[in-house]
Amino acid sequence: MSGFQTPEPFDPVSDVPLVPPPGHKSASILERTLRKGLFAVTAELNPPDSADPRDVLKAVEPFRAVTDAVNATDASGANCHMSSMGICSILSRVGYSPVLQISCRDRNRIAIQGDVLGAAAMGVGNVLCLTGDGVGVGDQPGARPVFDFDSLSLLRALKTMRDEGLFLSGRKLTTPPRIFLGAAENPCVAPLDWRADRLEKKVRAGADFIQTNYIFDVEVFRRFMGRVSDLGLDGKVYILAGVGPLASAKSARWMRSNVPGIHIPDAIVDRLERAEKPGDEGKKLCIELIQRIREIPGVHGVHVMAYRREHLVGEIIEDSGILKERRGVTV
Amino acid sequence: MYALRRFAVRQSRFFESFYKGFERTMVAFDPVMRAIGYNRLERPFALAERMVKGALFDCQMCGQCVLSSTGMSCPMNCPKTLRNGPCGGVRDGGFCEVKPAMRCVWVEAWEGASRMKDGMERIRVVQPPVNRELEGSSSWLRVAREKAAERRDARQSVDPSKHAIARAFQRARRFEPSTAPLAAEPSEALADQAVAERTAIFTKAPAADEGKERSR
Repeated sequence: MSGFQTPEPFDPVSDVPLVPPPGHKSASILERTLRKGLFAVTAELNPPDSADPRDVLKAVEPFRAVTDAVNATDASGANCHMSSMGICSILSRVGYSPVLQISCRDRNRIAIQGDVLGAAAMGVGNVLCLTGDGVGVGDQPGARPVFDFDSLSLLRALKTMRDEGLFLSGRKLTTPPRIFLGAAENPCVAPLDWRADRLEKKVRAGADFIQTNYIFDVEVFRRFMGRVSDLGLDGKVYILAGVGPLASAKSARWMRSNVPGIHIPDAIVDRLERAEKPGDEGKKLCIELIQRIREIPGVHGVHVMAYRREHLVGEIIEDSGILKERRGVTV
Repeated sequence: MYALRRFAVRQSRFFESFYKGFERTMVAFDPVMRAIGYNRLERPFALAERMVKGALFDCQMCGQCVLSSTGMSCPMNCPKTLRNGPCGGVRDGGFCEVKPAMRCVWVEAWEGASRMKDGMERIRVVQPPVNRELEGSSSWLRVAREKAAERRDARQSVDPSKHAIARAFQRARRFEPSTAPLAAEPSEALADQAVAERTAIFTKAPAADEGKERSR
């Protein structure tokens, strides 16, 4: 018994729609874990460039029994992959709790509201609302950016669908989507002074949980969390800190200059540079970060983004002590 | 113009007071404007608004102006047209992810808002998505219509779709009524006319019968 609950496979045709427990907004295991006060773990799946569902199963395998939910990215970095919706549909069918990521970059309000109904019908209980990276950084920079919603108006629209049972057009839904609403925040990039205020605004817009971008600078994150607490957000939102193992100094430098919104202090790059086995050092560093981040009040879990190093996620969760703590506790 | 736009943000406190006064005047003139007809006023006002705000704020004429809630930094200049704050990709020093030479519109907005009297309260309000049907039309007239209609408590529109947005974004509507308008829109303010109007500025004078068509 690992302590991480594996949901029953959900069959949208023969199963009835999942009903949230009393007082819950969704039937999501992530919501249950967080409400119980357990330290939650989510992980980001590397989406395949393929139409074969087995590639999704292969990619998600490392996350079994060490996560509460798995994030399916929505063309992150504006690079085209299998859709978040397709991945989530497969995951719920084989007994994973997926997080549907929605970026505002590629779809307008008509497409997104329909997608959310479709996802909920497929047994998806978590949705993460994102702005999305600009099309220029991706593999198809000539694409037309949409940005009909921004992440906040998207949150409010989905909250309206869930809580009021209405499309933004005012038309009634016969069955509203029972979804746990998430948003992102990037505590370590400019404008540092306003990042917590922006998080507060996301909570006002409807966010139930937050998954942050990578945290490599614990001191900056600690200050951010202090401000979050000053704004009175304790108990109003669950915050999962983004972490991940770096492969080498070279890849850290590449990420810094090519992926929007990544802040990696020089001290960390130097440490990887000096290490004999940078891969192992990256893993060790990630475990240390998790342990330091856990000490910060107001942090409810971690979101592990281990791009192309997914095989390490189990060990990271084990070695950071989370697995031991969760063992034997039922959600 | 970028320099003038940044100047306007630095003077956000002045523009805040100016706009408050201007808005009061506009609302006071509502009976007169109604007598003339908002439809007739739409084109000259939209033109004036485009020229003044275009020069000062690089206004993109979204028709749903929120400058007083964004520190006088126009959010439509954000390459992602974000209406509720910066994205997660802001570069060191507060520069834009998409256009690295430009200061992030929202970093500017927050600085502008911190100089204003009500700026910090208003920048925290969640804004609805832009209604593209209103693009190119006068936001000044829309605010006057909305505020006056609210005062008369005579909602002319019963379009349930508009009410859904107005309900979901109540606070935004209170501060910036043009973001979720409920009063009836004059036909001139709707997008196809507005687009025709925009192109007309750069082309020759409209044909004689075009004017008749428009004033219908």
